[in-house]
Amino acid sequence: MSKKTIDKLLTFGMVIAAFIVCQVMIANGAMSRSLRGQLIPICVYIVMAVSLNLTVGISGELSLGHAGFMSVGAFSGVVMAMWLKNGLGVSNTLICLSAALVTGGLFAGIAGVLIGIPVLRLRGDYLAIVTLAFGEIIRNVMNCIYISIEGSSLHFGFVNPKLPGKLLVNGPAGATGVAKMSTFVMGFVLVMITLLVVLNLIDSRSGRAIMAIRDSRIAAESVGLNVTKYKMMAFVTSAVLAGMAGALYGLNFSTITASKFKFDTSILVLVFVVLGGIGNIRGSIIAATLLTVLPELLRAFSDYRMLVYAIVLILVMLATNNPTLRTFFSGLKPGKKSSAAKEGKQ
Amino acid sequence: MSQPVRTKMVPAPSHGILPERDVNERPVLEARNLGIDFGGLHAVEDFNLIIGRTEIAGLIGPNGAGKTTVFNLLTKVYQPTMGTILINGKDTAGMDTAQASMMGIARTFQNIRLFSNMTVEDNVRIGLHNQFRYNMFSGILRLPGFWSSERRMHERSMDLLSIFDMQDMAGAIAGSLPYGAQRRLEIVRALATNPSLLLLDEPAAGMNPHETEELMDNIVRIRDRFHIAVMLIEHDMKLVMGICEGICVLNYGRIIAKGTPEEIQNNPTVIEAYLGRQKEG
Repeated sequence: MSKKTIDKLLTFGMVIAAFIVCQVMIANGAMSRSLRGQLIPICVYIVMAVSLNLTVGISGELSLGHAGFMSVGAFSGVVMAMWLKNGLGVSNTLICLSAALVTGGLFAGIAGVLIGIPVLRLRGDYLAIVTLAFGEIIRNVMNCIYISIEGSSLHFGFVNPKLPGKLLVNGPAGATGVAKMSTFVMGFVLVMITLLVVLNLIDSRSGRAIMAIRDSRIAAESVGLNVTKYKMMAFVTSAVLAGMAGALYGLNFSTITASKFKFDTSILVLVFVVLGGIGNIRGSIIAATLLTVLPELLRAFSDYRMLVYAIVLILVMLATNNPTLRTFFSGLKPGKKSSAAKEGKQ
Repeated sequence: MSQPVRTKMVPAPSHGILPERDVNERPVLEARNLGIDFGGLHAVEDFNLIIGRTEIAGLIGPNGAGKTTVFNLLTKVYQPTMGTILINGKDTAGMDTAQASMMGIARTFQNIRLFSNMTVEDNVRIGLHNQFRYNMFSGILRLPGFWSSERRMHERSMDLLSIFDMQDMAGAIAGSLPYGAQRRLEIVRALATNPSLLLLDEPAAGMNPHETEELMDNIVRIRDRFHIAVMLIEHDMKLVMGICEGICVLNYGRIIAKGTPEEIQNNPTVIEAYLGRQKEG
């Protein structure tokens, strides 16, 4: 078995083991209420971090608008689920939820294509700035959308709240009265799907092409790679996964507003990616889990909670950039030296 | 100044120096009146060259003569402002670098450009990208197409690496290889694209005399095994004079001489370009 396969199995094994531990704890009642409430957000943020890592780490494009795709996925997913439930009378939550995830992924994918066309012509800082702007544009557009359900038909309005039937998405007030359909099991399934897609993509012809373009665009062109195609592939795949995570997130709350997916969320996900190690998928999973749980664990510090959170982040960054520690860790893991060096550069 | 002619065929006053065996075959490369302006600067002008199907050709000239610019024109990194490039008789007007590569033109770079965070074998597999195809979904879902293509890619890349005895390094990260091995890997990667013309930009740069000699043998061996043409830019005259069948000398973006190694060595214009004019009297 090759090193890559073992690495991949280790990642899958880690996630499955964590899932089993959580399920056992829930069954025994050993898990606190607050932590139980965190399980679905953890899954959502893992998917967000892994998918952003595909853009930032694997494709090498610093994207600051990842929350935008999450937002598109959340709203389209919520509308789909509620329409199926209230409009068409589908009572099976699993069908509603699955349809919501697929719809969320689809719409976020379309948004990814539309945004990718102009954005992927840019490089470096410019790409980061423009993705940031698109993230904000999506948020502002979402603030103006009104959707209502009347019988089995959907009504859309842009900046126009006077729609027949019951308003589901109410502009800046967001979607209200959403049925909480998300389950931890579905979150786990989504994480597994994400890992399957991203890890298998990386270790295939297309993934190699994506990484080749990151390492040297000119050399990649000279061996006949279609740069635009593969950049787009990474960007859109990442957007689709973020959209699915968004749909899961949206159906986890009874109210969802566009302001939940602002710039801060994009940066939060980027922090997961950077702390976990750029290009390191397993690192993203661990960082997303720990940093989602951390604010809850720090509740003991009450008012100083966010202060301690910031200090923890700084300490982790100092530790991961410490040459002595880095040599120590790369000594443990042969062949990881170059990725450690790359983290330092970012 | 001549009018820009990009797609029109123009009769070229080319002195082909094809080796005997290539005389009746279609040349692999024909450049006609090729030129590029950067602003007002004529970086390359009136470049006419024919390279035979299995020829080893040299492109030499003083620093800044425009040698690498010629490579960049041939591989479409720059779009020529005038002239025509025919690869295997086909016009490459309007193509980009990737399309030129698929036409059968491969290159290495003066300053090494490997995919340095990836393994040696993956570098070669990227070179094989367009020959072993399967789509993204069979890659993600690990359909049979994935397995059979990957297996054939592995066999082919090992075969290619064996040219330079590099099979043992297949799992190493390309950026961690010693300098000479990186240069050789770049050649392997270029060969993986199944080219009919291989462009080598200073392949012997930074190599010691022993390594250079090995490289000379290898270039000839590659030509014989793959039946391809090789064009190289090189400052090491021992290498150029040793293996090139035809040499083209460039100065200030213009060809000042073409011919066999002996002809070039005795050409007064070439000597002047390299050493300067002899003082009179």
